[in-house]
Amino acid sequence: MSILTFLIPVTLCMGAIGLAAFFWSLRHGQYEDLSGDAERILHDDDAPLVPAHTPRPPVATKETTK
Amino acid sequence: MMSNLTGAERTTAMTIAGFGALIGLAMAAAGHGDPMGVHGWIVLAFFGVLFFIVASALYSPEPVEDRALSYYDDPTKVGIILALIWAVVGMFMGVWVASQLAWPDLRFEGAWSGFGRLRPVHTSGVIFGFGGNALIATSYHIMQRTSRARMPGQISPWFVLLGFNLFCILAASGYVMGVTQSKEYAEAEWYADIWLVVVWVVYFILYMRTLSRRNEPHIYVANWYYLSFILVVAILHIVNNLAVPASWTGAKSYSLFSGVQDAMTQWWYGHNAVAFFLTTGFLGMLYYFLPKRAGRPIYSYRLSILSFWGIVFFYIWVGSHHLHYTALPHWVQTLGMTFSVMLLVPSWASAGNALMTLNGAWGKVRDDATLRFMMMAAVFYGLSTFEGSFMAIRPVNGLSHYTDWTVGHVHAGAMGWVALITFGSIYALTPVLWRRETMYSWKAVEWHFWLALSGTVIYVFSMWNSGIIQGLMWRTYTETGTLKFSFVDSLVAMHPYYIARAFGGLLFLTGACICLWNVVMTILHVPQKAPELDYPTSSEAMEPALPAAE
Ligand code: HEM
Ligand code: HEM
Repeated sequence: MSILTFLIPVTLCMGAIGLAAFFWSLRHGQYEDLSGDAERILHDDDAPLVPAHTPRPPVATKETTK
Repeated sequence: MMSNLTGAERTTAMTIAGFGALIGLAMAAAGHGDPMGVHGWIVLAFFGVLFFIVASALYSPEPVEDRALSYYDDPTKVGIILALIWAVVGMFMGVWVASQLAWPDLRFEGAWSGFGRLRPVHTSGVIFGFGGNALIATSYHIMQRTSRARMPGQISPWFVLLGFNLFCILAASGYVMGVTQSKEYAEAEWYADIWLVVVWVVYFILYMRTLSRRNEPHIYVANWYYLSFILVVAILHIVNNLAVPASWTGAKSYSLFSGVQDAMTQWWYGHNAVAFFLTTGFLGMLYYFLPKRAGRPIYSYRLSILSFWGIVFFYIWVGSHHLHYTALPHWVQTLGMTFSVMLLVPSWASAGNALMTLNGAWGKVRDDATLRFMMMAAVFYGLSTFEGSFMAIRPVNGLSHYTDWTVGHVHAGAMGWVALITFGSIYALTPVLWRRETMYSWKAVEWHFWLALSGTVIYVFSMWNSGIIQGLMWRTYTETGTLKFSFVDSLVAMHPYYIARAFGGLLFLTGACICLWNVVMTILHVPQKAPELDYPTSSEAMEPALPAAE
């Protein structure tokens, strides 16, 4: 089953990419305001914005979990 | 469409199309006398048409307003229409092959129309043509809305969408000519595969660039689901299609792997394709359009993120459950089986989360067929993942494998989950995208819902019955220890179920045709709804849950 010496590393690499993405999301404040995040997609009645190069810091909403 | 492109962009588009046409010409010349030559002509025609579409509008007026102030929806619109056209074609093929199993004469003596050639046209047509176009189109919509930013570039979204459709056309036309790698869901030959890699890399870059321009600090969970779909499908596609072309002038290649090695690679690919093509992308759709349509946030956002990471880490290990009782080492089978059972947890977390979101809004579900499509999709998602985890247990698989039970499971997932969530999303998206008041006919949406649901139920129940009967007949012994039934006996027992399945499929296909008609009529005849703000989706909040009668 020499194929496993290929497929298992490939799979582990995919897992590692996933893990890296997960840690990135933890470090970059992705989970600070979950209920606000879930709510905000429902409101699109604000004016479109020009692309910002650095995302603005999260704005806390009333439903903030913290 | 063209009025959104500047002169320079039109020239770039023409250059790309011209270059593509040249490649087509080269393929046609080199592959003369081989199916690859025919494909060369198809490529040439495809890019030639695009070249002339752009060229004919080369000097028409250029965009005046600042494009960054609005979303780029043209490719999304085309993607939705293409998805529906593929749905009708792919499902028609499904009904045809289903009827061939009941009445084999429907092959009409042609080599091209044999079951073995049309079946992959069905599977690729619905999975890639219908599902893939719907995924690309909705991802364009969702990534821009949730990032509150326009896609970067005007050309790359078109390149991805049209390039992907070229791949689908090459795949489907190849199967009819007998071109195949004999790998399920990866039948297309080497040059089409290489083309898909190019398209897919551009898609990934486009998505990442849109996210990096976002004006919203948080990346909404639907984007994670779509991103995993794009990234993992790229890796799977490349690994499973590693092959050596027999020659550079013909559509024939040999896989780099052989025997059980090849089988393992194929099912490592195959199940991850189910996971990341037929599941995660559509979960992204569910997590965006269901809350939007219901007008309430997802029940537990935390759970949706947890189940995302759960699915990502569990799914990649389960491929070997397709190879129970084979030459594959026992421990690898056990590994696949164990992870398959664990997978039920994040799967049901998503299904439950979707249903809990609707809890308290049942009135809306009752009145709004669009929301009902999404609800039934979540129910079938829960059902098919439960069934899958059960079928992955080795002794159960001993009964189900090789039988129609597998086909029943597939379609509970494919029709009940994938197609229903897609139709629901298309009905939610169409008025928003074209800025129409409502769908042209809400009665047609209602009809479509009941046709789709009854078609799925008839299909799945007849396959469960026929599969279990088949499995049991094959393992029934007489007192003297010989097999009681011959294979032909089991075939005769299947016949009524095959007729029922073809009928169920016909209902489902009728629904898809109604959907295409309704979307086209909406675009043509429903009055425009002027957006209150400059903002494309501002109208949506005011959209009635129940579409008003036309
Ligand atoms: C109009 C409805 C449909 C009909 C009548 C239909 C019919 C069929 C038939 C007859 C087969 C071959 C089964 C066999 O080899 O015994 C098949 C296979 C398949 N179909 Fe469909 N189908 C329909 C819709 C769909 C949809 C919407 C999808 C996906 C989104 C889908 C995905 C598949 C897949 C993945 C297979 C291969 C299953 C396997 O190898 O086990 N089908 N279909
Ligand atoms: C927890 C989730 C799931 C598990 C554990 C699972 C498990 C399984 C198992 C054990 C088989 C039969 C393999 C065999 O005997 O050859 C199978 C086949 C299949 N399943 Fe699932 N399934 C799951 C969810 C889904 C979903 C949501 C879909 C969506 C459409 C799907 C599509 C398919 C397809 C297309 C096949 C047929 C492959 C082939 O033989 O061509 N599965 N699955």
